[in-house]
Parts: sequence; structure tokens; C-alpha cells
Amino acid sequence: MAAADELAFHEFEEATNLLAQTPNEATPRGDQLVPQQHVAVAVDSGGSYGAEDEVEESDKTALLQEEKQQPGFWTFSYYQSFFDVDTSQVLDRIKGSLLPRPGHNFVRHHLRNRPDLYGPFWICATLAFVLAVTGNLTLVLAQRRDPSIHYSPQFHKGKRSGQGLVPGGGGSAMAQGRLPALPAVTVAGTAIYCYAWLVPLALWGFLQWRKGVRERMGPYTFLETVCVYGYSLFVFLPTVVLWLIPVPWLQWLSGALALALSAAGLVFTLWPVVREDTRLAAVLLLSVVVLLHALLATGCKFYFFQPLPLEPAAPPHQATSQPPTVLLSPPPPRSAAA
Amino acid sequence: MAEAAESPGDPGTATPRPLFAGLSDISISQDIPVEGEITIPMRSRIREFDSSTLNESVRNTIMRDLKAVGKKFMHVLYPRKSNTLLRDWDLWGPLILCVTLALMLQRGSVDSEKDGGPQFAEVFVIVWFGAVTITLNSKLLGGNISFFQSLCVLGYCILPLTVAMLVCRLVLLAEPGPINFMVRLFVVIVMFAWSIVASTAFLADSQPPNRKALAVYPVFLFYFVISWMILTFTPQ
Repeated sequence: MAAADELAFHEFEEATNLLAQTPNEATPRGDQLVPQQHVAVAVDSGGSYGAEDEVEESDKTALLQEEKQQPGFWTFSYYQSFFDVDTSQVLDRIKGSLLPRPGHNFVRHHLRNRPDLYGPFWICATLAFVLAVTGNLTLVLAQRRDPSIHYSPQFHKGKRSGQGLVPGGGGSAMAQGRLPALPAVTVAGTAIYCYAWLVPLALWGFLQWRKGVRERMGPYTFLETVCVYGYSLFVFLPTVVLWLIPVPWLQWLSGALALALSAAGLVFTLWPVVREDTRLAAVLLLSVVVLLHALLATGCKFYFFQPLPLEPAAPPHQATSQPPTVLLSPPPPRSAAA
Repeated sequence: MAEAAESPGDPGTATPRPLFAGLSDISISQDIPVEGEITIPMRSRIREFDSSTLNESVRNTIMRDLKAVGKKFMHVLYPRKSNTLLRDWDLWGPLILCVTLALMLQRGSVDSEKDGGPQFAEVFVIVWFGAVTITLNSKLLGGNISFFQSLCVLGYCILPLTVAMLVCRLVLLAEPGPINFMVRLFVVIVMFAWSIVASTAFLADSQPPNRKALAVYPVFLFYFVISWMILTFTPQ
């Protein structure tokens, strides 16, 4: 009895904190929170309501189990349950991912055990398209500055087709030997969706495997992990738009800032789950997570915003005050091959 | 029925009687002639309609469908809150628009090194898969619009962007330069806004009020992608 009380106190401590902080938070589908509120009130008012605590807790778990078991995965309403969010909730989750704070766990604080698939899916789609479009735009802007770049604005073909613009003698040979251009949107989309879905799968699998070590807090469900990753990618959207400005230090600065915010969000969310594990496993896991995130950011930067190769023997181009990344060789072999 | 005086159910009389004459004897409404067609007005009209579409000339059939498509084009160009697009949905209009757009956007070259624009199939796939994804999204969010109605609306609302493509192609016949680009940019932006307004006018009502923005945002992204393809089109 006492042990059950202790457990009840532990679990709902966070709920009381949450509710104390945000009493006016709109949670339209609050049927899960209502029992929590009841229990929170009972907890606050002292231990004499211990019996009620247990009854309400078991009611709550029974209610949750009922809710979760109902639709089968072949029905449409099963998938509808993943899109059960309102505009305000989505905006709140996005804000939560933009400003990670050490004490606030994204999953518990913002998701509140109602993960959605809307955010991750559309944030990834937007990011893929924005990457392709801005990568395209940088080439257009580069052409504007240096009209000798033979480039036609392309949306579907990737930057690689622009790689035919290499210096001098090897032009035609390179043009014949290079790889066919991959559509930028396809590459971007595949990369981002794979990252946002496969990495959470691996992470979730790993956490499930190490589940035995944890007493305090259960691991996140797969959907919650996907949610965390999806919303953490949001901060790259304004960053990618900022990368249009062809000032290298600004690009690196904004990239680093976005990476820091995003990775901090991930780390703060994963830390409570991982901290009961052995120190080695915890540190290893978190550093792998951060490393993968950094790889994604730098990969996108280099693939879509490639600095075009420098031309050593083109003084008239260097005389203008352009940043060195957009210089290019005069392309007579290219236009002959074109 | 002059022979009505005879008793009913008496088949063996000498005088020849018309068929079913006895029936009219049985009926009380002897004085009221019961001959003639008893028809329900609706049903007769439908029957007439069905038989006539089989027999009508091809020109009539095509013109009727074309008129329906044209009427919906008008509804898109002057978006009012009307149900025509939703009630009598059809996919001819979206098909015509998508094919036109894809034909205008494609590169003519076979050489894959030179071309940079989308091929016909790419535009087609983007339009249709984009529309399907948006429809699924809207249904998953709890909207009460049917699958094909939503496809119909999204397809028809590509009309302003197709007009923008036509205008851009005409403008591109002139001198290339910044003014050229500005004109095209302006036209594409205006048509993009028109598309969004038109489709929102039809689609937003089908969503619960606290999720309208969630349903409209993918539409915005979809038309943005198409506008980008139109804007960056340059003829070889």
C-alpha cells in the first residue's frame, strides 16, 4: 500500500508540475488528462485519499487500454488517431522544439502522450522541397552575379548536372563520364524521410533492448520518437532559407546554431530515459544521436549548397567583389558540349 | 368498355371480349377509364434520360461534358461559396489541366544531359500524387469531404496556374532580362494566390474549425511547388 502510494507520487509529480505551470493550456481532447487532474488534486490534498488514488489510477489505465485497443490497424480510424491534433497543438509543439529547455522533456511536456504524425510528415516534406528550391536558387543567384555560368534554372535535376562546369580541357571528357543527374527533390526527400523515420526506429529499438535497466520512466513509443525527430527538424527550415545568403561565415554560423538547438532538443528529451543506464551506454547513445544529426546538416549543406569550384586562372572574375565560392571557369567546352 | 355489363370471371361467353376486359369490370372505377400509362413523373424522366444518352449523338455527349467542365472552370475563376464543384465532381477538368501543364512544362530534348526541366511524367506524377496526399491528409484530419471531391477541387484549382504558364510562355518569347523575370514573377504570384483562395473556398468548410490551417497548409505547399516549376521554366 505504501509502495503503491510512493509510485503514485512519483509518477504524477510531473503532471502536477505541468498543470501548475500551465493551468490555461488548451487540451481539447482532455479525457486522458481529466483523470490525471483528479489524481493530482487528490495527491495535493494529502495522503488520506490514498484509496481513491489507486482506484482512479486503475480507472485511468483501464480507460487508456480501452482507448488504445479499439481500432485495428487495417481500419482507417486507426490512422486517423495519429492525426488527432489541432492547429494550436501543432504550433505549440513546433515552438517547443525551437526552444529546448533543460528541464522540459519534449515528449512529456508537449506531446503529452498524444504523438501525431502530421508534424513529422509535413515538416519533412517542407524541408525536402525547401532544400531543393533554395539549392536551385543559389545557382540562379550565382549566375546573376557571374553571367558566364552556363546554367538554366532547374528544379528537378540536382546540382550535379551543374558539375559539368569544370575547368578547361577535361570539359567534354568529364561531361561524358559523369553520373546522370539525380533529381534534387528526390534526393532531398529520400534523405530526409529516411533520416526522420529510420533513425528513430533504430533508436527506439535500442531503447527497447535496454529497457530492463530502467525503473523510473518507461521508454518512449516509436511514434513519440518519430515525433521528437520530426519536430526537431523544424529549426532547419529557416536555416536553409538563410543559407541563400552567400556569406560563408553566416552560413556556417546559422548551421551551427540550428544544429545546436536541434540536437539540444533531442538530448534533453532522451536524457531522462537514458540516465539510468550505464554511463557508457548513455554517453555513447547521445553522442551517436548528435553525430547523426550533424551529418545530416552538413550533408545537406554540401550537397545542395555546394561551393562551385574555384578557378585559379580567371583574374577578371576575381577582380569583382564576389565571395570565392561562386567563381567559375569560363565554359567554352561546356557550351560546345551543350 | 361497352361489354362491362357481363359478369366478371366469365371467360366462356360467345362475344369476343378484349383482353383483360374482366379486370376493368372488377374495378370499382368502372366509370373512370383506367387505361393509359400510369407513370411517376421522376421515373419517366430518368428513363427518358437513360435511353436518350444511348441514342444521342456523340457531339451532344461531348458538349454536355465540356459544358460541365467549363462551368466548373468559371466557378474556379470566380470562387464563390457554391457547391457545384463538390456536388457534381468530375475528373475531366483536372486531367485536361494536368496534361496541358505537363506538356507545356516538359523539355523537348531527349538528351538527358542538357535538359533540366521536368519530363511529362514527372509533372503528372507530382500533380496527381500531390493531390492524393493532400486528400488523404485532409481525410485523416477528420474532414468530411470525399476522396474524389477533393481531387476534383484540387485539380480544378490548377487552372489559374495553367493560365500563368501560358502567359509565361508568351512573355518568354520577348527579350530575356530582369523585366521579363519581374513580369513572370508577378503573374505567377498572382495566380498562385488565386489558386489558394479558390481551393480554400471549397475545401476549408469541410474541416473542423480548429484544424483548418492544418488542412490548408499542404495545399499551399502543393501550389507553391507547381508555381516554382512554372517560374523556373526556361525554353531551350
